[in-house]
Order: sequence, then structure tokens, then C-alpha cells
Amino acid sequence: MSEPVWITGVGLVSCLGEGAAPHLAALADPAAPPVVDATTFAPFPIHPLPPLDLDRQIPKKGDQRQMEPWQRLGTYAAGLAIDHAAARGLVADMHLVVSAGGGERDVPLDEAICRELAGLPAGEAGRRLNERLANGLRPTLFLAQLSNLLAGNISIVHGVTGSSRTFMGEESAAADAVRIAAARLAEGRGELALAGGAYVAGRWDMVLLHAPSGGLWRGDWAPLAARAASGGGMVTGSAAAFLVLETERHARARGARGLARLQAVRSGAARRRGQDTARASATGLAEGLPLRPGYAVFSGASGVAAPAEAEAGFLADLGAAGPAQGPVRHTADILGHTVEAAFPANLALAALAIDAGRVPQALVTGFGLWRGEALAVLDPVAEGAAA
Amino acid sequence: MSRTRDQLGRPLVAVTGIGLVTPLGFGVADSWAGLLAGRSGISRITRFPTDHLRTTIAGQVVLPEEAGRQPFSSPERVERMAALAATEAVAGAGIGGDFPGPLFLGMPPVEVEWPQRLELARQTHGEQAGRYPAMVAAAAGRQDLFEMFLFGGIGERLADRFGTRGAPISLTTACATGASAIQLGVEAIQRGEAAAALCIGAEGSVAPEAMIRFSLLSALSTRNDEPQRASRPFEKTREGFVMSEGAAALVLESLEAAEARGATVLGLVLGCGEKADSFHRTRSNPNGGAIIGAMRAAIADAGLEPGQIDYVNAHGTGTPENDKMETLGMLAVFGDTPPPISSNKSMIGHTLSAAGAMEAVFSLLTIRDQMLPPTINHETPDPAVPLDVVPNVARPAKVSRVLSNSFGFGGQNVCLVLGAAP
Repeated sequence: MSEPVWITGVGLVSCLGEGAAPHLAALADPAAPPVVDATTFAPFPIHPLPPLDLDRQIPKKGDQRQMEPWQRLGTYAAGLAIDHAAARGLVADMHLVVSAGGGERDVPLDEAICRELAGLPAGEAGRRLNERLANGLRPTLFLAQLSNLLAGNISIVHGVTGSSRTFMGEESAAADAVRIAAARLAEGRGELALAGGAYVAGRWDMVLLHAPSGGLWRGDWAPLAARAASGGGMVTGSAAAFLVLETERHARARGARGLARLQAVRSGAARRRGQDTARASATGLAEGLPLRPGYAVFSGASGVAAPAEAEAGFLADLGAAGPAQGPVRHTADILGHTVEAAFPANLALAALAIDAGRVPQALVTGFGLWRGEALAVLDPVAEGAAA
Repeated sequence: MSRTRDQLGRPLVAVTGIGLVTPLGFGVADSWAGLLAGRSGISRITRFPTDHLRTTIAGQVVLPEEAGRQPFSSPERVERMAALAATEAVAGAGIGGDFPGPLFLGMPPVEVEWPQRLELARQTHGEQAGRYPAMVAAAAGRQDLFEMFLFGGIGERLADRFGTRGAPISLTTACATGASAIQLGVEAIQRGEAAAALCIGAEGSVAPEAMIRFSLLSALSTRNDEPQRASRPFEKTREGFVMSEGAAALVLESLEAAEARGATVLGLVLGCGEKADSFHRTRSNPNGGAIIGAMRAAIADAGLEPGQIDYVNAHGTGTPENDKMETLGMLAVFGDTPPPISSNKSMIGHTLSAAGAMEAVFSLLTIRDQMLPPTINHETPDPAVPLDVVPNVARPAKVSRVLSNSFGFGGQNVCLVLGAAP
């Protein structure tokens, strides 16, 4: 069993705004200035969230209150994808695979406790910590923080209940979310799936996770190409991307329009030591991909030096060995690096570009800032349609 | 349907290795012996101060290497216990060298924890003391923190250690996580993507903040004076679950591959079923639709009728909500004559992300030994639970197929059907 799988809906929100128009415009104009907040998390610039009219996708205020920005963003984008696919009536049997990080901490509470406890001896600090947390933590924040509750909220707000799975593991989790959602459809376990992720860059708890690696770019924003000379680095971006995946058979039967055909999704994880390099891993994944001359590359490079170099080497090898390569676009230049949202966001951009007739075929890459390599190929739905 | 294919023509999935770390012991033998003896693994928390906590008891795995040092962080604990369970499972399966398939790791979300936060805060001063920007500055160069708390960190290190193939997949479906990890492995084998899969469920969240958060949801038992009597699923005086920790690992292989290499088959994963609920973040729809749907889907996926299930390994957390909904599900799926059902959590507590995998292992042992583990602390029957919960004492029974239930926050419901080796 191997049913062709289409992308029939895209829900994309980033610092640029939402939906196809602002994203296609940014892809078409590489010189356009990026949307950057350079001050709030200085010395680390970030790409902020755009204003969202949450009521449009999360109509109940009670639901909005149960979430923090990360879950709201993802739930909002998931709704956009469902609308885009005209699939509101099909959610009961829709499968859901989310790639998730953690939700927001109560930063003022953390800081107040840290100030108070830093000077205390360990035993006393432990007792005082319990007291401060027991009195200070808001019960709703627990659920807003739980990784699988982005999926839970999508089920609650949009009624997506076919199944629900949440993958954790940065960029790689998102690639596998899409890969496994598509594989299940291709083998006949359902007709529709919703896959994607969300990332909010403007969070001190996330800065504390990523800054210790030295991977965050400092100071004035610069495009990826210009960062390598200064040791590389990523500017994280706030974005959510969800894709409605659908079997071609099902889409045709209901008269749904395919934006693009998902030809292949592959993932791997090199140890990134010795011969086991990200470049070799990606080269292995690329074996036998049905690429055609002029394919555009939607690169998931984060800006972190080592994986960026591995990706550049891989793409050069691929271009030299295979059909003529089209333009390579580092989408982190317009969205920032959006971690769990990065791979689906690049698939969304590629699907929109293919649907708009801007590119003949797309190769989407994902090179995790620490681990994980992934590739996907998107074609126009007319290409290679089932006979 | 052939000898090595199921009713849908998919490869049959065999379990050829199992491993456990539970509050009842290190390894399958000690954990299972404790369970059959009706022994509780719940105790007073000794790892950290419990002042101001509403609940001061938990199931704890005391790692020998932790003695005399600051308690491990959750990811360190999860990784160690997962590695112990996986080592036992892989050795039991007779697999040497690199593991010939992917890793599916069910685990809790992790984040920078209080000991690390306070360690950084101690390096901040003046007006900026304890502020995130100053702590971030103090954390410069701490690659160790980054790799410890990345979501993909534990999976990567386990994949490296066991030599699994492809990208390791770490996942969470709340209290159904361990079952989801097995389901992903089953699907990879059924799809022909892999001949084997290493599926792990691991949990290590017994720490102050996690305990307080569950307390704030009124989910935990507060029977602090009687730790061993606190977990009382399906009993009239139950009032919450008891947090616990541990790990379980299963080596799955296509039956064909297992037989070809002469491996001992411990049992089969016959079917998996799942259904999400859209009702509420912490409660099931009162109609039980998603729970019933998941149970039925698993039985149907195995090509069976409800009457062919001999025993149910309960989700059985000991919350009033779970008792009500699981009873409703049992009666809806099995009618007037439901099979016996018992809860391992009455002894081990609720190991959250590990529970589904742990209970799958216990389900296989139930079939192997033809012994139903009990639901302990069954003192006052609840007339609203008209089920045979195997009260207090293990007993022999003829069991060839077990339904194992896992239901979680966020509307996550996953059920597995496990069967005897052919």
C-alpha cells in the first residue's frame, strides 16, 4: 500500500504575518529588511511574534486563558491549516502529530525565587523553594507548560481527534512528525493528518536553554551568509507551521485542491563525530530522491556554524552529482530559526511557492543545530499524479 | 493470515526482550516478584525536603550512583533508568553489537531545573541578581547544561549507546506515553520500515516542582501517613494517584525476523488502538467515547472480539475520575461479563511516561506465568465499580490475550493488545 500524499492546507504564522501573501512576498524579495526585535532579549536579537487575532481561531476566552503564547500560537496556526484545507468537517478522524518544546515558565516567579534563595544554604533553600512554589505557581500554568498539551488544545479547540502524538527533540522531532504522519496515510491508516509545530523565540526560558551552547547570534542582525565569518550563530524566530496532509485519493474525491505533493520525507541522525558526519548522513538520505533540474532548495540551516557548513557541503555534492540545482534559500533569514517549527515552516513555504508556480520542485532540508538531518521533496500535484 | 502475518497481512510483531526498573526493584525478576507478592513500592520521599508539600510520598528508584551527591536532574535520571531497562531488554533478546532498528523513547518533557537555576543565580549580583539575563550570562559556555536539557538529548545519547538506526524519536502523550512508544515501534515493523525496534518508556519527575504542580491540580493522594496504602485504584476511599518513576524497555521484532535468528519470543503485540478526546484538558468526556473508542480500536486492530480478551491491565491510577471512566469503558466494551482487571499502579504508583511500557511488560509476564497481579489496598469495595479487580492477592488464571489501557491528560488514549507467543 502506498497512497500518494498531498499537502492540502497550510497554516503558517511568523514574524512576517500569517498566510501565503506575506511569506511569498518575502521569498520574492531577498533584500527586504527582516522583522527583528534587537532589544528585548539583548544581546540576542529575535524575530518576534506578529499580532494575532486569537478570537478567529480560538473563539472561547476560557480556552485562551488556559494557554500561554506558545500553545496559543500553535493552536492558532493549526486552525489556519484546517481552514486552508477546507477540512473543518473532517477533523474527527484527522490524525495529529505535533513537534513540541516546552511551554512558558512563570519568569517573574522564577526570578523572585532565584533572588531570594540564591544566598541561602542548600537545606533551607530547598524548604523555602517548596513554600514559594506551592504558593506561587498558578495551576493553569502546569497545563500551559506541558508539551503534549499543544496537541491537547488543538483537539479541544478544533476537534481533531483521530489520534494525537507529540514528538520532542527540536528540529528532528518536526521532521519525524511529518514523516510518520505521511507514512501512516500512505499505508492506509487514515486519510487526513495534521502535522506541525510552534516556537516562541521571545522567552527567557528558551534563551537560557540555547545560550549556553554559544549557538545564539549576538548583536546586530545579519543574514546567514554573513554570519559564518564571525563564527556563525542563530537568530531564533517565532513561528508556527501546520500542514494538512491528505491522501490524493481522498482529496480528489472531495474536490480539495492540492498545494503540493509530498514525494518523500526522510530523517536521520549522525553522531557528528569522526566519519559519522551530518554531511554524510544527508547524502545517504538523498540517495534516490526523485529530483529534477531546477529544483529549489528551502534550507533549514539555523546559522550555527558546523551544521551550516555540513549542509553547504552536502548541497554542493548534490548539485555536482545530480540534476542542476535551482536557487538555495536560507529561510532563517526571513523567519529566524524556528526550531520545532522550522521543518514544517519550510515545507509550508515550499508548498506555497510550488502552488504559486514560483518553483518547479522543492527540496526542503533540515540540519538540526545539535543533531538531526532531514530532507523532503515536494512536487506540483500535477507531476507524477497517479495514473 | 499466515504464520508470521496478521489478519490484515501485516508482519506479526514479537517481543523478544524486556527490561524493567521500578520502585520494586532493578530488573524484570525483582519487579515482577514484588508485584505478584502484592508488595507496595511507595515510600516517604527522602530525596529532597518535603516541607510545605501536600503530598510527601512517592515511588522512588534509588540509584546507587546517586548516593552522597546532589540528586540527579530528571533527564539524568530518565537516561540512567532507560539505559538500565534497555540493557536488560537487549541482552535478554540476545542482540549483541548495534541494535538493528530505530529507538522510540517515551519520556517526560525536561527543562533547566531549580538546582541549575539556583547555581546560576548564585553567580549573579546586585540589581541583576536572580534575573534571567544575568543567569543567561552566567551560563555562557555551559554546553553541559544545553545537552542535558535539550529535548533530543536523552534520545541521542541512548541511540549512541545502543547503536540504534536512524533518528531517535522521543515522544510524549502524557500518561499514555509508554504505550505510544510501543505503538510507534509496532507500526514501523508493520510498515516494513524496520525489522526491529527498541521501545522505551521512562520517567524521573519525582521532584518538588512537578509534585507541586500535580498537587495544584488535586491529582495526588495525600495519604502521607500510610505510603504503602495510598494508591488504591478502584477502591471506595481512593483520592488520587501516587507519583512514581522507573523505566521499561521492549525489544520488538517482526515474528519472522525473530524466528529466523532463533530468538525466544516472549509474546506478541497483537493490536494498538488510539483515540483523542476533545472534551477537557484533564478530564475525559463523560460519555467515555474516546476511552471506549481506543479500547475497541485496539481489540479490532488485533482482529479480535471483546470476548477473546482474558484480562485487562488497567490504567488504574487511583483518581476518582479514572476509576469512573475506566469502569464505564470496561462495561461499554465488555458488557455484563467483563474480564478481570487489575492495576499495577496500586503497588508501583503512577510512573507517568513509563507506565504504558511498564504495564505492557507486566501484561506479557501475566501471560507467561498465567498469574494475574493483584490490585492491592482493596479494603472497601466501591459499588460503582462492579469489576473483578483481582483484589489484594495474585491468582492463577488462563490468560492468552491482555488488553493494556493507557489514558492521559490532554485527551490521549492508547490501548495495546498483547498475546502469547504462537
